[in-house]
Amino acid sequence: MAAYLLRRLIQSALILLGVSFITFFLLYVLPADPVRQIAGRSATAETVENIRQQLGLDKPFIVQYARYLGGLVQGDMGRSYLQKTEVAELIWSRLPATLLLMFGAILCELVLGLTMGIIAALWRGRAVDQVLMVTSFVTVSAPQFVVSLLLLYVFAVKLGWFPIGGYGTFAHLVLPAVTLGILGSGWYSRMMRSSMIDVLRADYIRTARAKGLGRARIVLRHALPNAILPVIAMIGIDIGIFMGGIVVVESVFGWPGIGQLAWQAIQRVDIPIIMGVTLVSAFAIVLGNLLADLVAPWIDPRIKLR
Amino acid sequence: MKKLLASTAVMLALSLPALAQDYTPDPAAKAGGSITITYKDDVATLDPAIGYDWQNWSMIKSLFDGLMDYVPGTTELRPGLAESYEISPDGLTYTFKLRAGVKFHNGREMTAEDVKYSLDRVTNPATQSPGAGFFGAIAGFDAAGEGGLSGVEVVDPLTVKITLSRPDATFLHVMALNFASVVPKEAVDEAGADFGKKPVGTGAFKLAEWTLGQRLVFEKNADYWRAGVPFLDSVVFEVGQEPVVALLRLQNGEVDVPGDGIPPAKFTEVMGDPAQAARVVQGGQLHTGYITLNVGIAPFDKLEVRKAVNMAINKERITQIINGRAVPATQPLPPSMPGYTEGYAGYAYDPEGAKALLAEAGLADGFETDLYVMNTDPNPRIAQAIQQDLAAIGITANIQNLAQANVIEAGGAGTAPMIWSGGMGWIADFPDPSNFYGPILGCAGAAEGGWNWSKFCDEALDAKAIEADSMFDPAQAADRLKLWSDVYVGVMEQAPWIPVFNEERYTMKSERMGGEDALYVDPVSIPVNYDYVWVKQ
Amino acid sequence: MTVLSAADAPPQGALSRLLRRKLALFGLAIIVLVVAGAVFAPWIAPFAPNDQMFDGLTLEGAPMPPDGKFLLGTDLLGRDLFSRLLYGAQTSLIIGVVANGLALVIGTLVGITAGFYRGWIGGILMRFTDLMMAFPALLLAICLAALFQPSLWIVALVIALVNWVQTARVIFTETSSLATRDFIAAERTLGAGNARILFRHILPHLLPTIIVWGTLGISTTVLLEATLSFLGIGVQPPTPSWGNIIFENQTYFQSAPWLVFIPGAAIILLALAFNLVGDALRDVLDPTQRGRD
Repeated sequence: MAAYLLRRLIQSALILLGVSFITFFLLYVLPADPVRQIAGRSATAETVENIRQQLGLDKPFIVQYARYLGGLVQGDMGRSYLQKTEVAELIWSRLPATLLLMFGAILCELVLGLTMGIIAALWRGRAVDQVLMVTSFVTVSAPQFVVSLLLLYVFAVKLGWFPIGGYGTFAHLVLPAVTLGILGSGWYSRMMRSSMIDVLRADYIRTARAKGLGRARIVLRHALPNAILPVIAMIGIDIGIFMGGIVVVESVFGWPGIGQLAWQAIQRVDIPIIMGVTLVSAFAIVLGNLLADLVAPWIDPRIKLR
Repeated sequence: MKKLLASTAVMLALSLPALAQDYTPDPAAKAGGSITITYKDDVATLDPAIGYDWQNWSMIKSLFDGLMDYVPGTTELRPGLAESYEISPDGLTYTFKLRAGVKFHNGREMTAEDVKYSLDRVTNPATQSPGAGFFGAIAGFDAAGEGGLSGVEVVDPLTVKITLSRPDATFLHVMALNFASVVPKEAVDEAGADFGKKPVGTGAFKLAEWTLGQRLVFEKNADYWRAGVPFLDSVVFEVGQEPVVALLRLQNGEVDVPGDGIPPAKFTEVMGDPAQAARVVQGGQLHTGYITLNVGIAPFDKLEVRKAVNMAINKERITQIINGRAVPATQPLPPSMPGYTEGYAGYAYDPEGAKALLAEAGLADGFETDLYVMNTDPNPRIAQAIQQDLAAIGITANIQNLAQANVIEAGGAGTAPMIWSGGMGWIADFPDPSNFYGPILGCAGAAEGGWNWSKFCDEALDAKAIEADSMFDPAQAADRLKLWSDVYVGVMEQAPWIPVFNEERYTMKSERMGGEDALYVDPVSIPVNYDYVWVKQ
Repeated sequence: MTVLSAADAPPQGALSRLLRRKLALFGLAIIVLVVAGAVFAPWIAPFAPNDQMFDGLTLEGAPMPPDGKFLLGTDLLGRDLFSRLLYGAQTSLIIGVVANGLALVIGTLVGITAGFYRGWIGGILMRFTDLMMAFPALLLAICLAALFQPSLWIVALVIALVNWVQTARVIFTETSSLATRDFIAAERTLGAGNARILFRHILPHLLPTIIVWGTLGISTTVLLEATLSFLGIGVQPPTPSWGNIIFENQTYFQSAPWLVFIPGAAIILLALAFNLVGDALRDVLDPTQRGRD
């Protein structure tokens, strides 16, 4: 176990290194010059060169990358080119909002998705199954912007049940989390349904049934733990989607998460911010995957950590 | 704009402190209250040497002051922290007499040393100010650095003398830019690179709270040196909100002014409802939307082709697409800018004539080219309308719909044959015709990486422009504007641009907002002049 | 016990069986309809899809609601929405099929190889998958598109490059779970080769998952294409696609609802159709189900 963990940790570090290298390289070859953005439209060629030198952007790629890594090792993510603020401070101030929304959304997705999936699997082929599956298709096919605006319009503007965007209280969290929960639940319910159906057909469930175990006990104790396995892998994927930024929902609900920070930085080639957000989200994803893999054998003993 | 000229000229001639009081704040105004403004994009910085965004420009104006200022709601200059000034007969020396007793937000009195420090700081390359180039006329600019500007001298604690290396008719406007704001050295030293997050100025408001990515709160500076203002106790800025949502909140009474304006999707609804339309304020702005034609890329190297595409664009139709929130343009300068050529017709819409010109250039069958455009609404839509107009005369324009930074890069590198300027377009930094020439039409901007995306360079016009800018004497003002008018007509004769429209500003306010309409379409302090508006209780 | 048997045994009664087939038929009919609309667009469409008509906008520049002349109304540039939807179906189908197919093939190959062989090949493949997954898709798409000239095929490629990772991850998890099962071990002791185990035993077990991902993927691909349009790297205007039609018009959901909800309904209907057909296919292809339905 300890050896496995150590190996996975080293692998994770290598993944982060790889992500940082590829991102840095892509930003380096990107046909857009950050110095132009900093220097403004009235700058002379000398000013531009001067700023380029100050930022070390005149150096060869490898030198620039090594410098960045050097700073990173010392916990320094650099300062934003355009805001001049520490990247760590910018990200840190938005992290709580992002994490809160992520937990809220995943919770909604799981509650909605798993319930729908299990019900559909148990009543497979019946009307309830078909209604639920049609619902799940509709949710995954609905454009984010339209759903968020509709929910906002109906529940906040017309009915006044929730505040029209913002951040701070539980009431503020409900609409964005529910929006994301609805949009993502279709994936979970499809996955859960198909996985549950497979498990229910497996020999050991037949055996259990033959032994005369109760229905609830079979479903909860035997089928569910096995059926939930692919779903756990999906949570890892979800963390990635959420940490990479959910720009649309964030901006509709005025939610101060990382997505908006990243999106503005990308538009303006603010490389230190892009690097910082990429690495933080990569870190979260790697962590999510690691946890998913560690939890898998605990749920399904047939999987061994190797 | 004749009015602006007259009053500017008088002011220059007399330079009397009494003229500073030429604006009387609304006598009906009540003090107190708080308003809420929203923005989609985050506020990057409040450092006056760095901030150059739509959102922070007006915020910085309320936190800081420069030596010069504008009469609220107009483009008329008035003295700011300077009580008066004198210009030497050769136009090379400006002596500013400072107001006594002006205090920074930290309580210390502002002196001439602070003025010098601030100008040294903004021009120091280490500051990385996007506005440093505006101060190019100050003596010693080329050697600016840690040692400061040799052209800025402290005569006594309340007198500053600025020497120029060449006469610059726009210098007083430059001193009214945010970049020329006076900042206290000790506060900058203490905050270091974080000064943009902990701004200290002399302005009507001071920063009370800033939660990154969420909101900023400005509170009234009780010691503000202009008597009677500001009226508001505080201003709350909420950032990260979609314009459509901001408008829904305004309709719900939660927001007072939507910083990003009325989104197109809500415009017809708002204008169709008399109660809401009554709260819409319309005003001109110093903006031109244009298409650059790269004179270095065939076939735009041919004058006939550039003229032909100028005649091919149906500007009325494009104006209709953006709900009529603009007027068709004939020349680079917007109509409200001094130096605008009244009666100049430009290139009228004439597809048949355009085809004939193309045929003359040997391109009767048309050609294929690329049109670069920034990818935010309504720009891709406008580009498609342009595309259709060009198709009508046989030109196939493929749209390159890209992020802002990529378009700017392609424009600077000179690889883009055509660029629609929308979203990155030229909103004047100050109300003077010269501001539309240098970086975007002059030879200096045509260099690799410059903002002159047409790569158009006419040395005769450049010489005229330099001549015009050296005419600092108020008595020559009319001649100077005539010269500028000639420059822009000269530009249009060579057609490196297609001026498409001049945007009008439409903004909206909540029921409780008070103050004259001009304050809500202030040409300098956008979206609203925070110092002079007030709320009805 | 009745519930479990319902999940396991064939649906009871001819009626429900017929209903299932009917749903699949309904899905198939929609797909055929959309494909026909796309193929015969030049003959069906009442207007050219990119024609910005003078009478397609009100004097204030607002789009026209559906009426006798413009069946589904006009868009923000005065173009006929019905004609754009027909031509947009071409783009969306191509992207949906090509991008999603490509992503599925890459994802399945990587996932199955890594899950079955494990060892160092599996390790490298899965670490690479993890690396790709740890990437914010947005950034990857922007960089790729900035480096290439955006076109229909580049868009399809970018979507495939972003989307394969999730499939790979899920297939990997399932394959490694399958590979440890008793019946695979039994096959091995009986002397079955890798190829035989892979194709006869593992792949058939994975088919339901692949089909689920493949069918659901079509709709997300169409939506991802819309997001790419927003980033300026989608299908370039004025070429219509269902995704960019919605995207261009989404803020008008209140003032011009037909511009959002008609293409939205089209996307949802198409996605639903693919899902219904996929569901039926799953029943036919699933080996554990074969002969029982």
